[in-house]
Amino acid sequence: MLKIKDLKAGIEDNQILNEINLEVNAGEVHAIMGPNGSGKSTLAAVIAGKDEYEVVGGSIDFEGEDLLELSPEERAHKGVFLSFQYPVEIPGISVSNFIKTSITELRKATGMKPIPTKDLLKMMRDKMKLLNIKNGYLSRNMNEGFSGGEKKRNEIFQMAMLDPKLSILDETDSGLDIDALRIVANGVNKLKSKNNATIVITHYQRLLDYIIPDFVHVLYDGKIIKSGGKELAHELDERGYDWITKEANKK
Amino acid sequence: MSEKKRQTEEELLEKVTSAEYKYGFTTDIESDTIPKGLSEDVVRIISAKKNEPEWMLEYRLTAYKAWLEMKEPEWANVTYDKPNYQDVIYYSAPKQKPVLDSLDDLDPEMKKMFDKLGISIDEQNKLANVAVDIVMDSVSVATSFKEKLGDLGIIFCSISDAIQEHPELVKKYLGTVVPHRDNFFSALNSAVFSDGSFCYIPKGVKCPMELSTYFRINEAGTGQFERTLLIAEEGSQVSYLEGCTAPMRDENQLHAAVVELIALDNADIKYSTVQNWYPGNAEGVGGVFNFVTKRGICYKNAKISWTQVETGSAVTWKYPSCILKGDNSIGEFFSVAVTNNFQQADTGTKMIHLGKNTKSTIIAKGISAGESNGNYRGLVRIAKGATNSRNFSQCDSLLMGDKCGSHTFPYIEVKNNSSKIEHEATTSKIGEDQLFYCNQRGIGTEEAIALIVNGYCKDVLNQLPMEFAVEAQKLLEISLEGSVG
Repeated sequence: MLKIKDLKAGIEDNQILNEINLEVNAGEVHAIMGPNGSGKSTLAAVIAGKDEYEVVGGSIDFEGEDLLELSPEERAHKGVFLSFQYPVEIPGISVSNFIKTSITELRKATGMKPIPTKDLLKMMRDKMKLLNIKNGYLSRNMNEGFSGGEKKRNEIFQMAMLDPKLSILDETDSGLDIDALRIVANGVNKLKSKNNATIVITHYQRLLDYIIPDFVHVLYDGKIIKSGGKELAHELDERGYDWITKEANKK
Repeated sequence: MSEKKRQTEEELLEKVTSAEYKYGFTTDIESDTIPKGLSEDVVRIISAKKNEPEWMLEYRLTAYKAWLEMKEPEWANVTYDKPNYQDVIYYSAPKQKPVLDSLDDLDPEMKKMFDKLGISIDEQNKLANVAVDIVMDSVSVATSFKEKLGDLGIIFCSISDAIQEHPELVKKYLGTVVPHRDNFFSALNSAVFSDGSFCYIPKGVKCPMELSTYFRINEAGTGQFERTLLIAEEGSQVSYLEGCTAPMRDENQLHAAVVELIALDNADIKYSTVQNWYPGNAEGVGGVFNFVTKRGICYKNAKISWTQVETGSAVTWKYPSCILKGDNSIGEFFSVAVTNNFQQADTGTKMIHLGKNTKSTIIAKGISAGESNGNYRGLVRIAKGATNSRNFSQCDSLLMGDKCGSHTFPYIEVKNNSSKIEHEATTSKIGEDQLFYCNQRGIGTEEAIALIVNGYCKDVLNQLPMEFAVEAQKLLEISLEGSVG
């Protein structure tokens, strides 16, 4: 589904990603871990197409298409979803209105008619249940006055509504208490299928107790320096990052 | 910002600037026009053509004489070449029967025009209790639901008809809220006003439908001087809608309207406007000069609420105001003012608190794009006797691109120490982060801007009656089309 090859990217003269290689197939969950400043969020932003990052080398192939040639909205239309680390407020626009607009645009891009409002509302209610979201939520304005946890839950709610092929969860666990974490993780697990894939970006192994990854990658200094199975996450939790970074520096 | 993005932004800005005025067409209807220029004779001709009583002619002549001694105001933060007042045609009436039994009798040409504007009269008739009084080039050509309103004692007609049929009411109230000497443009209007609407709601009557008027300038080079007088008797209630779109013109057109509202004890008036006069082309050529005086007076416990969505005109000079004369009266002003390309707007409100425990609320949202200039100018004056009065003002500006301007000029005068005033103001740009967030959800930049702008204006749009809110939203999208905005 996603093939990243020798990706180099940064902001202005500051190169943050140095030759990233990553392959994600349908049905897989990948975790990307790493210390602060290792380039995790940059990687997420570059895949989604955030403009302030400049790609200076390498390629990203998504289902046989050159993702780097597409605008952010076109990438979304292809099924790329980013759960933001810092979701943005859109004053005056309700959650339901925003999601309706989003779904309508996604469908328009693939030549489909808008979903009737009634069906859409029903779908929203179903997904709200999945994420234990209380009534009254749909008419609140997008992220306005939301707590940190509510913002993150709102991201996963959108993910549930948009049904993307590839979801990138950027630090979705930060700011969540343990109950919220469990609900969000549970939601993500239920949305998992053999047709979609998830990349979970996190500092801590905690989230990975709930969302079990098939692969774990350690990102350090803009490079993936180690990959492994889910046991790697446990090892990182026990031993920290030092041993791997030392290993990497030796090389 | 990468080169690619910068390009798209430039393209977008380009697109905004090049968004053509959608309603630019003229209709081929014969008009009865008098030669251009203004003189005592012209005032007399207008009055005679309308078969007015002597007192009305006297009123016009007094105003004309006052106007001769007045100077065009220059304090507004706008620049334009002053119109040559001798180059304006002061009267034009479509050559057709002024009164129609039903809307079906409407001139097919005119009907076509309204259809182009998306105003289906038939639909409106059916749709929702909207009585439509269409003003086209100064003379009312269609009035509907007159009977239904008549049963309740409500008078809703053209001001010319009111002068003929209800002279005692017109005489009693005309010029009491906006005296002819009030300003240069109100004096001009008082001298030459061609037509407009008159509305009278009797004591205790709650008007069962939204009253609405569409204004339109049609005759080339014709000045439009609308005069509206709305009287709500004690304990009555009315919601009045006014919307305008004008066809494309190369020369500037002058529009100097006067609107007077009178809310007697316990009355409630809601006055909503959607204004979309021709703003001029992308180079800033042409467009309507909109120099309007709108003012209402509230007696005891009365309330006047102004809502406006202003997207058109080359130059706007407009301050719908409330005089809160009676104790416990309430004034409100909700405004969205959009300027694009080379448009200039100096608009806001005046809240004059005279009675005790009077309250006013001002929510003004400005949106500037292109190379335009948007100004909010507002006065809150609390007189010595207006004890325990309150005002809340919120003035927000949203800028699009880096070539536009936005200014806020709040004036606050408080003469007692038991009153409370709050003023909040913000200036923002649509954030890159907001756009990227929308983009990531599959929403293209243009739609994202429309969405964000709609959210920004929500507090004001929510004040509009349903059928108007939709139209207003459409207008916002059209005027900011492509635009960053």
